[in-house]
Amino acid sequence: MSEPFEPRIVAFFCNWCTYTAADLAGTSRMTYAPNIRVVRIMCSGRLDPQFVLAALREGADGVLIGGCHPGDCHYQEGNYKALRRFTLLKTMLAQMGIEDERVRLEWIAASEGDKVQKVTNEMVEQIRKLGPLHLEAIPVPATAVACGEKGEA
Amino acid sequence: MSKPKVGFYWCASCGGCEEAVVDLATDILSVVAAVDIVFWPCAMDFKRSDVEAMADGEMAVCFINGAIRSTEQEEMAHLLRRKAQLIVAFGSCAHTGGIPGLANFYDREGVLQAAYGNAFSTVNPEGTRPATTVHVPEGELELPELYDNVKTLAQTVPVDYYLPGCPPPVALIVNAVNAILEGKLPPAGSVLAPDTAMCHDCDRKASKPDKPVIKEFKRPHQILIDPELCMLAQGLLCLGPETRSGCDSACIKGNMPCTGCQGPVSRVRDYGAKALSALASSLDANDDAEITTALADIADPAGTFYRYSLPASLLYRRLRPNGGSQK
Repeated sequence: MSEPFEPRIVAFFCNWCTYTAADLAGTSRMTYAPNIRVVRIMCSGRLDPQFVLAALREGADGVLIGGCHPGDCHYQEGNYKALRRFTLLKTMLAQMGIEDERVRLEWIAASEGDKVQKVTNEMVEQIRKLGPLHLEAIPVPATAVACGEKGEA
Repeated sequence: MSKPKVGFYWCASCGGCEEAVVDLATDILSVVAAVDIVFWPCAMDFKRSDVEAMADGEMAVCFINGAIRSTEQEEMAHLLRRKAQLIVAFGSCAHTGGIPGLANFYDREGVLQAAYGNAFSTVNPEGTRPATTVHVPEGELELPELYDNVKTLAQTVPVDYYLPGCPPPVALIVNAVNAILEGKLPPAGSVLAPDTAMCHDCDRKASKPDKPVIKEFKRPHQILIDPELCMLAQGLLCLGPETRSGCDSACIKGNMPCTGCQGPVSRVRDYGAKALSALASSLDANDDAEITTALADIADPAGTFYRYSLPASLLYRRLRPNGGSQK
């Protein structure tokens, strides 16, 4: 327990803009907090809100979503779809008692390696201040029972 | 050959599931002819001691409705699990938490404060609260304790099958009973309902928009609902796209949008997130401010999308301010 808290952040970056920007940050040898685990998705519009909740359930302290700037989507409208879902998801997360800083959407173009650096560092610091996310464990049946087949719910 | 023994029990529920059994109408006669009802405290005089006297696995099947939110319900669920070969979670509350599951937005203290204190209709000057022990002339009585959280049945004991719905549609109950009697059950863990979305057999499917068309979200009391047009095309929060069919889209036939009581289809892990996703993507707005304004018309997203499934959701409950947890 003496180890200081290191936030774990799952990042969903779109293939065409933000992931490329993260690549650029890397090849440009920019340094930024190593606390993010990037998942490449083809478009921020592919981001099912279930992914965000699943990441939080599986132990992430925050989720960062990166997509192309409005008007720049490789698929024309995917990032607008992401924005609509994100906006409603944020309202719902607030109702669930999850702090605003834990889930963030940023538009980061392929050329903006420095923005990846800035946003990541910023978010890591914010979540470091908040502390770990403690979701209550989902209860599991206490006893296995002899009769009857047991199936996955 | 002796008839298979069947039990029904209720936990945190409203009694609507028991009504659904009565709604079998004359079909119930063939059920009664084929099985022996050995436990159904809502309708007949059975006691817990009757169940305790049974041999393990003596009941062929026990249908349990209601969520689990007290020590008594937990004990009964374990007892019935031991005495029955098959446990069927009957109805939304047992399946995904249902309406009682909404208590997971609060905690025991909040719930008790509302019911025994702040509620408009409550007069309780002495601040009496439910107690786990009560003194009566005959001695001391022990009463069940309310939990801090609401659980689904499968979060309490292993469940073999699920009958979804609030309450489960009669046709699904009949199918399930027949499948059990004939031994033609699907793999354990199955939901005994079609695995297609509500929209799939909705009468209004033809008018379902394939592009985002909602300019403004509406609530049913705000508009005159067109009885033919897809609810989504009218800006109503219809949860048909992610909800399991099997109810013959009863609400939509009654000209009301689907609220999702049948629970998710098998491909959906978190019902609320998926419902949110479907509705947000149906909004016809690209501008940040426009999107925010339009979505603000959805008064209570978490309560709307998790109306029947908060305990079964990935987040399980609202985070406590202090991060602490209780039973």
